[in-house]
Amino acid sequence: MSDVAIARDAPGHGSHDEVHDPYPGLSSNTSTGVSHAKMGMWIFLASDCLLFGAFISAYLLYNGRAQQGPTPGDVINIPFTSTSTFVLLMSSLTMVLAVSSAHRGDERRLRLWLVTTAILGASFIAGQAYEFQTMVQEGLGYTTNIFGSSFYSLTGFHGVHVTIGIIMLLILLGMSLRGRLPKAKAEVVEVIGLYWHFVDVVWIVIFTVVYLIHK
Amino acid sequence: MAIVEAPQQLTVPEPALPESTPMGVFRRPTSTTGWRSWVTTIDHKKIGKMYGFMSIIFFIVGGVEALLIRTQLATPNGTLLSAQVYNEVFTMHGTTMIFLVVMPLGVAFMNYFIPLQIGARDVAFPRLNAFGFWTFLSGGIILNSSFLLGGAPDNGWYNYAPNSLVVYSPTHGVDFWTVGLLTTGLASLVTAINIIATVINMRAPGMTWFKLPVFTWMSLVGQFMLLFAIPVLTAAQFMLLFDRRFGANYFEVAQGADPLLWQHLFWIFGHPEVYIMIMPAFGMTSDIIPVFSRKPLFGYKVMVLSGIAIGFLGWGVWAHHMFTSGMGPVSVAAFAVASMTIAIPTGVKIFNWMATMWRGQIRFTTAMLFVIGMFTMFTLGGVSGITHAVSPADTQQHDTYYIVAHFHYVLFGGAFLAFMGAFYYWWPKMFGHKLSEKVGHWNFWLMMIGFNLTFGPQHILGLQGMPRRVYTYLPGYGWELWNLVSTIGSYLLALSVLLFIINVVVSRRKAHAAGQFSCEPDPWDARTLEWTVSSPPPEFDFYEIPEVHDLDEAWHRKYAEDENGRLVRIAKMEDVMDSPNGKTPHMPSPSYWPIVAAFSVMLIGYGIIFNLALCAVGVFLLFLSTVAWGVEPSTEEDVPPAEPPTPDSGETGAAREIHEVGANV
Repeated sequence: MSDVAIARDAPGHGSHDEVHDPYPGLSSNTSTGVSHAKMGMWIFLASDCLLFGAFISAYLLYNGRAQQGPTPGDVINIPFTSTSTFVLLMSSLTMVLAVSSAHRGDERRLRLWLVTTAILGASFIAGQAYEFQTMVQEGLGYTTNIFGSSFYSLTGFHGVHVTIGIIMLLILLGMSLRGRLPKAKAEVVEVIGLYWHFVDVVWIVIFTVVYLIHK
Repeated sequence: MAIVEAPQQLTVPEPALPESTPMGVFRRPTSTTGWRSWVTTIDHKKIGKMYGFMSIIFFIVGGVEALLIRTQLATPNGTLLSAQVYNEVFTMHGTTMIFLVVMPLGVAFMNYFIPLQIGARDVAFPRLNAFGFWTFLSGGIILNSSFLLGGAPDNGWYNYAPNSLVVYSPTHGVDFWTVGLLTTGLASLVTAINIIATVINMRAPGMTWFKLPVFTWMSLVGQFMLLFAIPVLTAAQFMLLFDRRFGANYFEVAQGADPLLWQHLFWIFGHPEVYIMIMPAFGMTSDIIPVFSRKPLFGYKVMVLSGIAIGFLGWGVWAHHMFTSGMGPVSVAAFAVASMTIAIPTGVKIFNWMATMWRGQIRFTTAMLFVIGMFTMFTLGGVSGITHAVSPADTQQHDTYYIVAHFHYVLFGGAFLAFMGAFYYWWPKMFGHKLSEKVGHWNFWLMMIGFNLTFGPQHILGLQGMPRRVYTYLPGYGWELWNLVSTIGSYLLALSVLLFIINVVVSRRKAHAAGQFSCEPDPWDARTLEWTVSSPPPEFDFYEIPEVHDLDEAWHRKYAEDENGRLVRIAKMEDVMDSPNGKTPHMPSPSYWPIVAAFSVMLIGYGIIFNLALCAVGVFLLFLSTVAWGVEPSTEEDVPPAEPPTPDSGETGAAREIHEVGANV
C-alpha cells in the first residue's frame, strides 16, 4: 500500500504549478505541514479507537455474566499470553528501527527490521492461534456462552488488525526489494508504523481488560 | 471550454527517480468523456455529481415506499400491503432515506464544493474518494436487492436486537441490512477521512480557520461526528451479523445477554447520526441566507462555535431514545437535561439566521425560499423535540406518530429542504445554467403545502395515541380524517418532487437548445470562493490557487466601503475571477482500481449472506486491487492533461508527446 494515500499537487504555497512533485501524498507542503498520508492515517486511527471501544465495552458488560462455563478463569493462560504480549511489544521497537533506517536511507537495515517486525507479529498471531485452539479443546467454543462470543470477537478483531499490518509490512518489504522505497518515500514506512504502534497499544488495553482483570 | 489557452508543457526535468514501470494489468484509463470517464474518474466534481444523481434515484425509491405506506394507511383496514410487506417497506423507507439519500446528498455537495470553497484543486485522496462512492453504491445495491432475493429487512431502520435475531426474523432480510450498511459504513468512513484531511490540510494560503465558509465548517463538524459514530455502528452490526450467521451470543438473552446492549450501541451511533445529517444543511443555510440578504452572516464565529458545541453535545444525549426502556431514573434525568441543552446552540443558529435577514435587502429566490422554509420547519421540529426531551411527556409520546411527525420535520423539513435550496443555489455553478425560478417557486410552495399536510396531522394522530409501525387500524378511533389528510399531503409532496425533476430536465434542455453550456461565474452576487471560478469550473478548479484575505473573499473582491461607510462596487466578478494564466495544472490520472475494489467489497457482502466461498473470491480480488492501487503512481506521465487542447492551437497529442520526450532528453 505504497501510496494509497495519494494526493495531488499540494495546495500551493507558491510554486505548485512549476514543480512536479513525484510523491504528492507525502508532500509536507500542506496547510498544517503534515502530509496527507500521515494526516489520513491519524484520522483513521482515531476512528478505529471507537471500533475497539465498542467491542471492549461489550466484553466488559458481559464479563462474569456467562450462564455456563468455561469462564475466563478456566481457560486463560496468563504466563503464555504475557510472553506473546512481550513479543508484540518488541515488534514496536523493531518498527521504530525500521522507520529510522528508512529515514536514513539505509535500505539494507530497513529490510532487516521490516522482516523482524513481520516475524514478531506473525509469532504473536501464531500464539493466538495456539491459544484459541487450546481453549476450544478445553470446551470454550465461539457459540458456547457469551464469554466465548465476546472474547473471540474482541481478540479476533485485534488479530485481524495485526494480520493486515503484517501484510502491509511484507508489501513494504517487496517494494524495498524492487527499489521502490527510496529515502524520499520513507514516510510511507512511518505511516504504516503508526498503524502498527496503534495495534500494539490497543493490545495493551485488551490484555489488561481481558487477561489481567477477568472475573 | 474554448477559453483555455494551449497548455504549456512542464519543462522541469524529472527528478532522478528509481525506475518505476507502471505495474497495472490494464493500461491506465484515459477517457474524459463517455461512460468510461465516469466509471474511472477521480475528479471530485464528477464524483459529487454521481453522489447527487444516485441519491435522487434512491430518493425516488424511498419515496415510492413512502407512498405505499401512506396509501395503505389512508383508510382503516387497508389491504394494499400485508403486515409482512408493510414491515419491509417501512424498514426500507427509513434505511434508504437516511443512509442512501440524506447522508450521500450531503456528501455530494461536500465533494463538489468543499475543495472549491477552500481553494483546493481536489480532495486529499482522490482515488479513495472514488472508492467511497462506488462502495456507497454497492451498499445501496445490496440493500435494495433484498426485495428480489428473498425478502427485505423487516425490523425498522434501528433493527433492535434480540428482535432481529434469526428466531424472530428468519429471512435473510436483516443480513442484507447489516451487510449493506457495513458496506455504506465503509464508504462513510473513507469519505469522512478524506473530507477531514482535505479541510485540515488543503486550505489555500490565507484561508485560516475563521475564514472558512460555514458550509465547509459545518460539514467538517459533521464528518468528525461520522468518523467517531460509524465504527460503533460497525461493531454493533458485526455483533448482530455474528449472532445471526455464526451463532454468537451477543444478543441471546437466554445466555445472559443484555437486550439493551444493541439499543445503547445503536443510539450512540444513531443520535450523532441525526446531527451528521443536519450539519451540512445548517452550513448551506448559513451560506445562502447572507447572499440573498446582501449582508454578512450575523455572528459568524458564534455560528461556527455553536456548530462545534452541537458536535460535542450530540454525543451525550443518545439514551433519550430509550426513556421507556427501564434504564433507571438517574439515567433518564441525566439524558433529559443533556438533551435540552442541545436547544441552546441550535437556538443560537436560528436567531442568527433571522438576525442576518433583519434589515437585509432580501431577494426571494427559490434557493432563499427553501432555506427560509428549512429553518422555520426545523424550528417546528425542534419544538416538538423539546417535548421529547421532557421525559415524562416522552413516555406518553414514545412509539406514536408524534415521533414520526417530529423526525420528519427535522429531517425532511430541516435537512432535505436545505438540500433543495442548495440545488437551486449551486445548480448554475455545477451545470452552467440556472434552474427555472418560476417553476422553482411552484416547486417550493407545493412542497411546503404537501409537507405540512403530510406530517402536521401526524402530531395530532400521535397525541391521539396512534402507534408507529402498525400496518393498519380499525375505524372508530378518530384517526380516519387525519390519516386521509396525511395521505393526500404525501401525494402533493410527490408531485412537488416530480416538478423538481421536470424543472431539471426542462431547464437543461432549454439552456442547451440556446447553446448555453456555461454561464457567468457569479450569478447570485455571492460571497464565497466557489463563485470566483467559471461555471462549470475547469477540471482542475483553479488556474491559480487563490490568496485569501477576508471572510467572504469573493464579496470583498467585488465590494468595498467608501469614505462614508457605504458599500460600493469596485469590480465585476468577471474581472477578479480566477482566469487562465497559460498553465494547466497536472491532475492525478483516472484509475480502474477504486471501482474494482468496491466491487470486491460487494462480492464479500453477498458472500457473507449466501456462500462463504464467494467471500474468499472477494477478499482475493480486494487484495489484488488494493495492491495494484498501491503500486500505481497517482499520476501517469504519458497521459496528456485532461483538458483538450484548443483546436486552433495546433498542438496534437502526438506533438505533445514529442514535446515531453524532448523535455526528458
